[in-house]
Amino acid sequence: MIDKKTIEHIAKLARLQVSEEEAQEYSTQLAKALGHFEQISKINTAGIEPLVTPTEIESFWREDVVKQEFTAEEMTANAPAKAGNLFKVPPVV
Amino acid sequence: MDLTFASITDIAEAVQSKKVSAKEVTEHFAKRIDSLDEKLNSFTTRNDQALKDAEALDARIAKGEHVGPLAGVPFGIKEMFCTKGLKTTAGSKILENFIPPYDATVVARLKAAGIVVMGKLNQDEFAMGSSNETSFHGPTKNPWKLDCVPGGSSGGSAAAQAARLVAGTLGTDTGGSIRQPASFCGIVGVKPTYGRVSRYGIIAYASSLDQAGPMVSSVKDAALTMEVISGFDSFDSTTTQRSVPAWSKNLKADMKGMKIGLMKEYMTGGLHADVQKTVENAVDSLKKMGAEIVEVSVPMSEFAVPVYYLIAASEASSNLARYDGVKYGHRAEFKNLSAVELETFYGKTRGEGFGKEVKRRIMLGTYCLSSGYYDAYYNKAGQVRRLIMNEYLEAFKKCDVILSPVTTAPAFKIGERISDPLTMYLNDIFTTSTNLAGLPGMSVPFGLSQENLPIGIQLTASHFEEQKMLDVAFALEGASPVKGKNPHVI
Repeated sequence: MIDKKTIEHIAKLARLQVSEEEAQEYSTQLAKALGHFEQISKINTAGIEPLVTPTEIESFWREDVVKQEFTAEEMTANAPAKAGNLFKVPPVV
Repeated sequence: MDLTFASITDIAEAVQSKKVSAKEVTEHFAKRIDSLDEKLNSFTTRNDQALKDAEALDARIAKGEHVGPLAGVPFGIKEMFCTKGLKTTAGSKILENFIPPYDATVVARLKAAGIVVMGKLNQDEFAMGSSNETSFHGPTKNPWKLDCVPGGSSGGSAAAQAARLVAGTLGTDTGGSIRQPASFCGIVGVKPTYGRVSRYGIIAYASSLDQAGPMVSSVKDAALTMEVISGFDSFDSTTTQRSVPAWSKNLKADMKGMKIGLMKEYMTGGLHADVQKTVENAVDSLKKMGAEIVEVSVPMSEFAVPVYYLIAASEASSNLARYDGVKYGHRAEFKNLSAVELETFYGKTRGEGFGKEVKRRIMLGTYCLSSGYYDAYYNKAGQVRRLIMNEYLEAFKKCDVILSPVTTAPAFKIGERISDPLTMYLNDIFTTSTNLAGLPGMSVPFGLSQENLPIGIQLTASHFEEQKMLDVAFALEGASPVKGKNPHVI
């Protein structure tokens, strides 16, 4: 059941502020989509390992060499707010 | 030489042999963009350095340097790829001002091969869409009919290529985003096998499905571009260490001995008459060329759309968590930052920065991954995904290449489906299973609808069997009844 309360809960988990209007819209649309997607529940998948990567992955190691490819200025150039070369954030503790 | 319709190979050879300078080529296509893109909205950012880059290339050629197989070829790059010093928004407000400090591996490889980047191309926001209507930059128009969509999500690439604003473009394909717009715009689009092409520097949507590929005007151009962008990359642990074949040199149109599979699930009902006719014509052509047609069956493909959306949305909800307004991108305004709670900071920033479709998919993905629903949705989808792949591998024991439609119908009108997400999602019915199974797939133009809109044929091969798929496409291209037809806008 995708009611408004569920939408608010998911939005909180997703760190996504949604408006009243959006919550209403998403609740109808997600219920419709998930209702349609329910069809996979009928498929017998007992003992089937879920497929995560569709082709083989060959393990490899990169050489353990320290490289400085970017300067601190380059890495912080896109920051919405900064102090010197530090990202400015709200209080986190 | 007629630069507008010249192939990538012809342009590169002419530039290398100094018959034309890279600067002249760049100027020619820059003028086309100037005069035509206003109608299409395919470009989001132009590369102001393009002429200088071309001049630098000419200077290297003058010195006798070898500049690579794509010397002086003007390319447009989907916004999904990071380009050093060139704005990369992925069609989203949340990355409105993002200028990457590095190139995606594929872009770096194309540059090393000599391309000139003309600019960035429009797309659905974070590649989420089948119509190019969810972009923050507004919709792109189909050059064949301006009130129709070019397809999504690589619609900007398809439109720019079809209108010949560039000689080559790059797209990404998570559930059909190269093949579907290629079909809607009458160009060739290839999604290589998962792992052929590095995803490093491509803005992630659904990591186990995303793959980059060329969107160009001929099969040979596609093969050549693939040779440049494919291959192992130590920055992407999912790339294969297999060598890259010389696809473009090995192309052959001889279909004798080739087995073409027709999936019976794809040929029943729901197909637009013009699409049906185009598929039948393609099958007849291949038969005449000596190919054997065999029926194959992938019954689980019926569930590809739900499995695709459950997996893609789940991976997207995780991948898009990085857009938090701290390191780059949009940040909501707060009067007093030190008084804001972190959750409010994230929520408001992300709520403002993402568009409706992206939020819808993040919500869907978060729901599927949340406690109590993980097994019923994400895990179950992964299990069915394996069944789909296994059935494909069985089908490829009976045939070399599977032929199918790309979409149920030709390009639809702008605005026609945008308010009904489920109908829009079902549009991807023929393309998503290829991504789920990691197979290579492509679209090659083979028909026109009664309304004069292009229709492509989809070809799918087994893992790492791109050559077979390209060969069939090459044969179809040679026999195509729409060869040489171009959109009215150019």
